[in-house]
Amino acid sequence: MTVNVGDAIPTFTRATGFANWNRYAAVNDEFVPIHMDDEAGAAAGNGGAFGMGNLQWAYLHNMLRDWMGPNGEILSIEVQFRSPNVKGQTVTAHGVVTAVEGDVVTLDVWTEQQEGTKLAPGSAKVRLAK
Amino acid sequence: MSNISEAMKAAVGTVTARTTSYPISESDIRKWALAVYWPDKPPAYFIDSAEAAKTVHGGIVAPEDFNPFAWISAGHESLIKNSLRAGTNDPDSTEKSLGIEGPGLTFMLNGGLVCEYGVRMRAGDVITSESSVGEYSEREGRLGLMLFSRSISTWTNQKGEMVKRTTGTLIRY
Repeated sequence: MTVNVGDAIPTFTRATGFANWNRYAAVNDEFVPIHMDDEAGAAAGNGGAFGMGNLQWAYLHNMLRDWMGPNGEILSIEVQFRSPNVKGQTVTAHGVVTAVEGDVVTLDVWTEQQEGTKLAPGSAKVRLAK
Repeated sequence: MSNISEAMKAAVGTVTARTTSYPISESDIRKWALAVYWPDKPPAYFIDSAEAAKTVHGGIVAPEDFNPFAWISAGHESLIKNSLRAGTNDPDSTEKSLGIEGPGLTFMLNGGLVCEYGVRMRAGDVITSESSVGEYSEREGRLGLMLFSRSISTWTNQKGEMVKRTTGTLIRY
């Protein structure tokens, strides 16, 4: 695979809401009221229930993994959760290459909602499969 | 007025707990992959042993973001004396686990994660997590004065190999 600075990698998109969040809560035992209940989410200042930061995190990993294939390696990743993923948003994970050193690639990564607002920006370093 | 007390500052660096998972099963891995890829199917190498055998891993490995401690753990050793009782969803649970008073803020959010990965997790692995207290900071946000507290978690497998080292930031307001 030839990779150059500035390349955008294939995105990973999901429509989000209770159907995703409840499944994630079921495997991660993350039954927190702000993620399960609109009143609790509204009381926390976000208008209603909102999704887990950990699921945004998972979507970014899915994007990197789907791009590299099973033999690639995620070396590190960091993400800030800037804006809540509220119910009904379509969330897309993006990645753009910022550096290439041999088989190690650094990317800016982020999730954004359907209007382009970034929810969880960050960066990642991966090692491509030989 | 700051929400960071002298007791909280003094607690930074404290190793708080060591938790050990039950052995990971392929079923755990499959369910996790199904949840994080839903509604599409996850890649076959997370589901099908024959497909996974074709990869460099030689079998099914867990997604890097997999949590072997969800729901229940095989053992938990608190390394803190005089901890106070706190529920999992108590915003002050970090400080109460240290035996000190928390700031008493109402809401909490996941503020971010930094993670360095080592070896992959696979079926049969028993993972140990060692947790420690990271730095505190605070700044004004759209919802008022926001407290940022960090926790560091290092996971190793039964061979002593590093699986991952995570620094998590909790935002409270």
